[in-house]
Amino acid sequence: MDFANYDPAGARRSREIISAKIVVAGGFGVGKTTLVGAISEITPLTTEALMTAAGVGIDDSSKVPGKETTTVAMDFGRITMAQDLILYLFGTPGQTRFWFMWDEIIRGAVGAAVLVDTRRITDAFAPLDYFENRKLPYVVALNRFDDAPQYELEEVREALAISRDVPLVMCDARHRDSVKQVLVTVVEHAMLRLQNEHGRGYAPVG
Amino acid sequence: MEPRRDPRGALVRPYAVTRGRTEPSRDIALEAVLSANATQATEARFAGHDKYRIATVCEGRAQSLAEIAAYTRMPLGVTRVLVADMVAEGLLTLHTAAPATGYEERMNLLGRVLSGLREL
Ligand SMILES: Nc1nc2c(ncn2[C@@H]2O[C@H](COP(=O)(O)OP(=O)(O)OP(=O)(O)O)[C@@H](O)[C@H]2O)c(=O)[nH]1
Ligand SMILES: [Mg+2]
Repeated sequence: MDFANYDPAGARRSREIISAKIVVAGGFGVGKTTLVGAISEITPLTTEALMTAAGVGIDDSSKVPGKETTTVAMDFGRITMAQDLILYLFGTPGQTRFWFMWDEIIRGAVGAAVLVDTRRITDAFAPLDYFENRKLPYVVALNRFDDAPQYELEEVREALAISRDVPLVMCDARHRDSVKQVLVTVVEHAMLRLQNEHGRGYAPVG
Repeated sequence: MEPRRDPRGALVRPYAVTRGRTEPSRDIALEAVLSANATQATEARFAGHDKYRIATVCEGRAQSLAEIAAYTRMPLGVTRVLVADMVAEGLLTLHTAAPATGYEERMNLLGRVLSGLREL
């Protein structure tokens, strides 16, 4: 843990505003932006980061003429919960080649929801692998598309080899109440994890 | 040989606004919120066009680094450098992004987020 955000001038602040973030992850087109938009108080915003070819894993940029930099877009929403508390929801870029960007996005997050499209379940392998190898608490949310095959949650848990202690829920990314439930599950899971780790004497996830 | 760049350092800040610097003077999280009061916003008039735009975005409503980048349409890396400068110059106030300093504090934050969500 570091104190990068520690501000010794804090004393002259009139009011400190705390912000927290939850990450909405998942493969290409699984409904991340839809989920964020369903609950955000602002239309999801996009911010762009410019990367060198090296950053996206293209080792020899000379093979990509005129393409030394590439733009990675991520979108996010905001929920102002109180005058001094803002929750941000960050969607990850869908393409897995931008994973180094995921590292920046998850840093300091409360937790993550990994969205799975029930029509393309195996697309979830890569995002799930990513989170299995991180300390961040996460839950898996099955985004039900209308034309998708209907699976039982336990079938999906087995197919994706999702560990018993990772919550798995159904959702409809277009509906606010459903999205709210997903986010509640993320935070409850993060609290439980923190409590367990504390009980076992581990330092908190940060 | 090209030195290996770390992923964060690989963010290119192509604009002259940062005078070629690519490392911000302090690390600012995507969700860290910044605000400018009326005095800060007035002072920022003399800090150049881009900094003034940033101060305007943050005046009266706290905005995260990510929001500032989105509203000003500047790449994240450029925005981070400028915002860090402005914090150092006193033109913006940096608020704490989710402190992870201790168990009680973290639990308390999670609890507040949870009830905030339930109340939606
Ligand atoms: N039927 C149905 N359609 C959905 C649902 N969620 C998203 N969609 C649709 O699926 C498409 C892709 O959704 P997005 O929210 O853009 O997906 P994304 O994950 O942000 O996509 P990328 O950012 O490109 O990776 C859109 O046309 C949505 O309207 C859902 O729960 N049910
Ligand atoms: Mg999207």
